Amino acid sequence: MTDTSTELQANDPQRIFRRTSSVGRDQGLGAIARITRMAFRYPVRVTLALVATVAAVLTQLSIPVILGRAVDQTQAIAEGGGDRDALVASALILLAASVARGLFTLVQNYTAESVGHSLARDLRKDIYDRIQRLSFSFHDRTHSGDLITVGMLDLEGVRMYFSTALVRTVLLTLLIGIGAWLLLSTDLVLGLLALSFVPFAAWRSSVMQLTLRKTWLVLQERLAILSRVMEENLAGIRVVRAFSAADHEMAKFDRASTEALRLSHSRINVRVRATSAMTMAFFGAMALVLLVGGRQVAAGEITVGTLATFLTFMTILQMPVRQLGLMVNAYARASTTGARLFALIDMPVAIDDAPGAPELQITDGTLRLEDVSFAYDGSGGQAAVSGVSFEARRGETIGVVGAPGSGKTTLMHLIPRFYDVTAGRITIDGQDIRDVRLSSVRQAVAVVQQDSFLFTTTIENNIAYGDPFTEGRRIRGVSDSAQLHDYVLGLPKQYGTIVGERGVSLSGGQRQRLSIARTLMMEPAILIFDDSTAAIDAGTESRIRAALREYAADRITLIVAHRLASLMHADRILFLEDGSVVEQGTHEELLALGGRYKALHDLQMRPEGDVLDEKEATP
Amino acid sequence: MNPAQHGEPRDPHDDGRPRMRAVVGSHRIEEEIFGRAFDGKVVRRIWEFVRPYRRQVVISVAAVLTFTATQLSIPLLIRYAIDHGMEPGGVQNNVLTVVAILFAVVIAINYVASRTQEAVTGRMAENVLFDIRRRMFAHLQRVSLSFMDKTEVGRLMSRLQGDVNSMQEFLETSVLSVGDIMLLVGIVGVMLWLDWQLALLVLMVIPILLVVRILWLARARAAFMAAHEANSVTNGALAEAIHGVRAVQAMDRAALNARLYDELVEDNFNAHLRASRLAQIMVPIVDSLTGIAMAVVVVAGGLMVVSGRIEVGVMVAFLFYIQRFFDPIRSLTMQYSVMQRAMASGHRLTEVLDVEVAVQDAPDAVALGEDDDGSVEFRNVTFGYDPEHPVLKNVSFRVGSGETVALIGPTGSGKSSSMALIHRFYDVDDGAVMVGGRDVRAVTQESLGRHIAMVLQEPYLFTGSVMDNIRYSSHWATDDDVVEAARAVGAHEFISALPHGYETILDERGGNLSLGQRQLLSFARALVVDARILVLDEATANIDSYTEMQIQRALRTLLEGRTGLVIAHRLATIRNADRIVVLQQGQLIEEGDHEALMDAGGLYSRLYTMNYASFDDLPDEITEAERAIAT
Ligand SMILES: Nc1ncnc2c1ncn2[C@@H]1O[C@H](COP(=O)(O)OP(=O)(O)OP(=O)(O)O)[C@@H](O)[C@H]1O
Ligand SMILES: Nc1ncnc2c1ncn2[C@@H]1O[C@H](COP(=O)(O)OP(=O)(O)OP(=O)(O)O)[C@@H](O)[C@H]1O
Ligand SMILES: [Mg+2]
Ligand SMILES: [Mg+2]
Repeated sequence: MTDTSTELQANDPQRIFRRTSSVGRDQGLGAIARITRMAFRYPVRVTLALVATVAAVLTQLSIPVILGRAVDQTQAIAEGGGDRDALVASALILLAASVARGLFTLVQNYTAESVGHSLARDLRKDIYDRIQRLSFSFHDRTHSGDLITVGMLDLEGVRMYFSTALVRTVLLTLLIGIGAWLLLSTDLVLGLLALSFVPFAAWRSSVMQLTLRKTWLVLQERLAILSRVMEENLAGIRVVRAFSAADHEMAKFDRASTEALRLSHSRINVRVRATSAMTMAFFGAMALVLLVGGRQVAAGEITVGTLATFLTFMTILQMPVRQLGLMVNAYARASTTGARLFALIDMPVAIDDAPGAPELQITDGTLRLEDVSFAYDGSGGQAAVSGVSFEARRGETIGVVGAPGSGKTTLMHLIPRFYDVTAGRITIDGQDIRDVRLSSVRQAVAVVQQDSFLFTTTIENNIAYGDPFTEGRRIRGVSDSAQLHDYVLGLPKQYGTIVGERGVSLSGGQRQRLSIARTLMMEPAILIFDDSTAAIDAGTESRIRAALREYAADRITLIVAHRLASLMHADRILFLEDGSVVEQGTHEELLALGGRYKALHDLQMRPEGDVLDEKEATP
Repeated sequence: MNPAQHGEPRDPHDDGRPRMRAVVGSHRIEEEIFGRAFDGKVVRRIWEFVRPYRRQVVISVAAVLTFTATQLSIPLLIRYAIDHGMEPGGVQNNVLTVVAILFAVVIAINYVASRTQEAVTGRMAENVLFDIRRRMFAHLQRVSLSFMDKTEVGRLMSRLQGDVNSMQEFLETSVLSVGDIMLLVGIVGVMLWLDWQLALLVLMVIPILLVVRILWLARARAAFMAAHEANSVTNGALAEAIHGVRAVQAMDRAALNARLYDELVEDNFNAHLRASRLAQIMVPIVDSLTGIAMAVVVVAGGLMVVSGRIEVGVMVAFLFYIQRFFDPIRSLTMQYSVMQRAMASGHRLTEVLDVEVAVQDAPDAVALGEDDDGSVEFRNVTFGYDPEHPVLKNVSFRVGSGETVALIGPTGSGKSSSMALIHRFYDVDDGAVMVGGRDVRAVTQESLGRHIAMVLQEPYLFTGSVMDNIRYSSHWATDDDVVEAARAVGAHEFISALPHGYETILDERGGNLSLGQRQLLSFARALVVDARILVLDEATANIDSYTEMQIQRALRTLLEGRTGLVIAHRLATIRNADRIVVLQQGQLIEEGDHEALMDAGGLYSRLYTMNYASFDDLPDEITEAERAIAT
């Protein structure tokens, strides 16, 4: 199988969504800075979290000191010199410190998490909004699975940043810093010994996390492939069944899965090597403290209490030092996930309102295409539509025919401005559609898409998708026009029937009629049928047309169809070939012309004769 | 004209008030996310997957126990050193040396044990995870399509990923739990051994902790569940926006959807804050209890030291143990919720694994081979997706080997469903479908796939190169075979014009091709199989008649002697059919060749006339008559 990456240019802005490992260093740092700035949108909570962190650290550190003192006091009493009340006081202070530590930790964790959740909330909205507004050309080239990863996994990485990276940095710096100072100022040698494991563990843990990070990114890519294999298999299950291709699919699955499993195992190895080395270093240092400290105690240089303080400190420090690695990882994670997330949020919306764009004003309802050309991104500049011009007035019907790939859908998608023309212009009542509000264009131009997407909800909600506040009466009206109503009434739950994912529980024609109905609901000035009756028999189609006769009278209708009967009555028929209009006129004119249209017509009109043996059919 | 003026059909449920019909995401409530912490049935099922690794389980449990033992022994060593190695004045070097050696040994054992435990457990959990996922995936390849029709892909995916992952987490933590329990038992044991009275005093905090914990758990569980659910609702809505973005933009729903989504996000936010509050509330409680325990040791222990009952070292050891003592309790309660989640996940996993394979090979199924002919026969077939509402009623017809038969009828009449039955996507409710003279239920599904090639009504393509897509599962096909098939359907030209020709990567679902082009590829894919029977369900519906004619011409030689079943609404497509079968409302109403059916003047002849007349000229009576027939 070819590596998909060859398809992605290094400077392709969308590359970042597929190749997680392609996030650059500057992008990563930029992302970190931006998340930090975003966190400060909540200054009160951020301050509270940081103050609580400092307080938690201080109380945390006071505990070993108090403990040490208590041990010493005990010994003093035992030797007959101590004060019992002081011991009780120590116990009470100990208790108070513990309670305080718990409370400060609570405040610290809760505020930090709430900042994280607030960021996540803001970002979720931004992501959703951006995904909805990014143009077709973006979505054409971005796999939905990759966007889902950004919206779910990457969001988590950014959310965790504040609590696991930022707050933890403050926490660890203070804890290790103050701890070290306390230990060193009490006893330099013992302090150095106690801290000897810190640099090693910090280094080991950071290296480990960075290595893990790298393999994690690669693993993520592999897992993305595995999910894609599974998801496409499930979505295309009918094809899989039709070809009895379970073995083939299992082989695909195994390829992706084995690779991912191998990477996970190597991750485990990295982790295990590092953590056990760190534990060993820790206990090693502890043994040294015990030995050297023991001698000092024996020599009367320090008290047992001091030694206990040292040992307690070490247990307190063990966790945070190990967590240094987690902190480093949280930074690394936030930098890649943040970079991808911001790349999405900042992705320019190619098709958007011009500043201060007015609403589209429909007056006579005239659509005009002037020398329109268009090429898809990544098609190497090969035009899918070139130099198309035509005009249509209210009440008129325009038919469009042409071979597969001749540019019919592309042309139809230019009118509601799903894509912007690369040359020429499209106007509605004299207003260039790029100069008016996008939303008003979409309201005015409605398309029954060739490959329409039905939502996993009820028939009713699907029909009302474009006008959810409508009355039930209108829903049944359009459904009736689309010849769907009688079928729906025969269903046990009628309009409340769920259509299944992408409409699986409907027949091909039922799906198409449902998308016709929901488009009629929009009451557009320009109504486009893109090959939307291909799965509907002629009888039903003719009834739909008849029902729409009046509906079509005060709008423009554009019909793309392969069955000529669907459009032979049109006021004008365009014959597209390789993106250009090669023939144009009414049905009769085109027949008289004796060109391609006529040839097509002849093929359809004489079904009983065996045209396959005749040579003249070539247009 | 306002479409609502049509006939005004009545609906008893309509109260005339307008209401909003907009939601984002399908609001399904996930089944219990936190189930019981232990469910014997689920555990037994999961054990099946762990069994192959039982050696590793034994090793990792042994390693965990060793590890715990070393952890326990370290404070004891410290205590020993303090009490016997450092009496002021009399330095006893040998004690400290012994301690040092013991310490080294313990550290070494600890190192080996922790390494072994982490590596073995981690790998075993990963292996089990991949095994479960593979088994589920393999199972999904066999479950009946009626299950798949009803189940959203996203939902299955969350089982294949989320649920499988929480099983992995569960396996890892359950090994750790063994360690934690042992640690707890060990600590309690050692404390009792050191001084039972002091130990009992300290252990008094445990019942308090348990009571608090139990009271807390009930509320926390509900909050965690709500947060989890809010997440899946929000993520579901996001996934819907991503998949349906073209429809959203076309119908200008972005602004309203964003508003609805904002509400979901706010709910999600609040649910998470609530969960977070509840999770954190335990921190000061546990810390206070630790404080109490330590204070008790300081006061009571101190007095005991003073009275000479215990040594200072014991007191220090107690202080150490107390700090370690709450760790396993904390992680055990955490693991408790992991276990609950895992049981719920395990339950959902077994649910998938247990989906009945309604359509499977009979034990004595035979393989359809080269010798079996290409005939297809429906014998009194009755079938319904819901048996209450049959979509095919007592349908019988026969297609001889080498014949081409067309299936036509109004939309929803059951044509695609019949094709699905030939390939045994579903089992008939009554009657039989015969292929090559054998009941499809008596042959292997694998061989049916080789015998029948289908072009489905929906052309579905996979992400990957054009070459891989056309070849699909026909491994025997060479590149030349692929190109030949592409030529036959007239796709070669446009494929060659693509940036990388046959190696061009298709986007999701073939999105960078026109629908007709996708259909041509799916047609070519069926030709590559080189099967006896070719089923074309609207295979050229999105293709112009000229291209279609070329395909038919190419197919003539290619399909010599093969059986063809063709569904088409465009009647010109079926002009070469030997016979025509007309379905309506799931019933076979006419059968015969073109002339015979035209003479009969039934549905076929009416559809035929309409196909070729401009319907603007259609007299209204015909339309009315048609309507009457179709409903
Ligand atoms: N997977 C399914 N689950 C439930 N009902 C279904 C399913 N597929 C089809 N149906 C129903 O069965 C009936 C027959 O559908 P079928 O797809 O066979 O029709 P068809 O003749 O192929 O129509 P078309 O020409 O529109 O494709 C329809 O009413 C449809 O709603
Ligand atoms: N998203 C896309 N990215 C790149 N190229 C595309 C994309 N969509 C279509 N094309 C290419 O543009 C050309 C025109 O496609 P278009 O979908 O407009 O054809 P069409 O006339 O509608 O064909 P059909 O009758 O098959 O629907 C084709 O060559 C197609 O491969
Ligand atoms: Mg098209
Ligand atoms: Mg069908």
